[in-house]
Amino acid sequence: MKIKVTDREGNKHELEGDTNSTLMEILRDANLDIEAACGGCCACATCHVYIKDEWLDKISGKDDDEESMLDQAFDVKHTSRLSCQISLSEDLDGIEIELAPE
Amino acid sequence: MIEKTDVIVIGAGPVGLFAIFELGLLNITCHVIDNLDKPGGQCAELYPEKPIYDIPSRVKITGQQLTDDLLAQAKPFNPVYHLNQQVEKIAKLETNEWIVETSNNKKLQAKCIVIAAGAGSFVPRKIPIANLDNLDGKKILYAVRNKSLLENKKILIVGGGDSALDWTNELSKIADVTLMHRRKEFRAAPDSVSKMLELENDKKINFLLGQIDNIVESKNDKLKVTVKNNDEKIDLEVDYLLPFFGLKMELGPIANWGLNLDENLIKVDTEKFETSVSSIFAIGDINAYPGKLKLILSGFHEAALMAQQCFKYCYPDKKNVFRYTTSSKDLHKKLNS
Repeated sequence: MKIKVTDREGNKHELEGDTNSTLMEILRDANLDIEAACGGCCACATCHVYIKDEWLDKISGKDDDEESMLDQAFDVKHTSRLSCQISLSEDLDGIEIELAPE
Repeated sequence: MIEKTDVIVIGAGPVGLFAIFELGLLNITCHVIDNLDKPGGQCAELYPEKPIYDIPSRVKITGQQLTDDLLAQAKPFNPVYHLNQQVEKIAKLETNEWIVETSNNKKLQAKCIVIAAGAGSFVPRKIPIANLDNLDGKKILYAVRNKSLLENKKILIVGGGDSALDWTNELSKIADVTLMHRRKEFRAAPDSVSKMLELENDKKINFLLGQIDNIVESKNDKLKVTVKNNDEKIDLEVDYLLPFFGLKMELGPIANWGLNLDENLIKVDTEKFETSVSSIFAIGDINAYPGKLKLILSGFHEAALMAQQCFKYCYPDKKNVFRYTTSSKDLHKKLNS
């Protein structure tokens, strides 16, 4: 499955995803500039991404934990998600995302 | 005044705390320095309530429980904690001992330094807008050090956690406070939230829904903060901006100590976990070696081996007799005292 990422400089990357990983893990392992300080336990907001609108419905919704961690992020939009909380599935093949400001 | 000890441990996370124990077994005393206001590092700061499943013999333990137990385990060895401060400088004496100076101007002298700093020290997350550095600490305050500075001023506090709400409630007594948050739900303690809502109701503070869009310094020493809420933007003129977006981790001054680094990690050998500078060790998430796994478990192992080498620096003329804790009379005496 493919993941299309726009980084903070506007460069586009196409990454290979797999259904055993979270979105954060794919971004981190591709050495994109994503801190993911807590390692994926939804305890920081350093894996903040924007999901392209048309993909939002395909992803399971935010829980309270994620919503409250997003309070520590900058420029939160309705498309904001913490990428560690998104488990990849075949439905998400081709998903387009953008890295949020650090 | 310079305080003397055997070993200075930098970082009071799980691995730093266990290092006190392992060093203590060899009669090596420790002082521990941490930038947070409490021991526990990431375990206590980021995920105190979250379960950890890979600590041997602990089927499930929270970050806070693990911290509390490690503190209890280290206690018989009387470690001295220096919290709320960061190590700024180190220098080597002619005796080969180290002098460590903290951001609180505390000076410590020791034979060895053990860096157990995890991903670095926790510092406030700053607003990711370019060219704000000159306002940092002057008009944009990430921590309040001197409340009287804010008396009768117009202040914008941003955030929804404990720091934002506590300062809103506290500063409402002396200043004109607006609290801004991206939603009208707060992760702060319920008591602080109800206090804040009460103050808002009594018009003692203003609450504003929105996020920071831009900040510029305006004339007459004020800040113009552009605030957006969905597509709507407004400008606010304030004396001080207090953003509270949690903490992040930074390697900080350690990067300038002349140690061999691998990106932001400190290279060590896997026999003694010593860095490229003798008598400086690095254990836990901050070190790098072939096959390194960033696990608390690995840090514990590294602490035990590091202690063996520290013994040689601390007691160069003594033989280190290997003893199990189960049969060590010395240790039993300490634990029972």
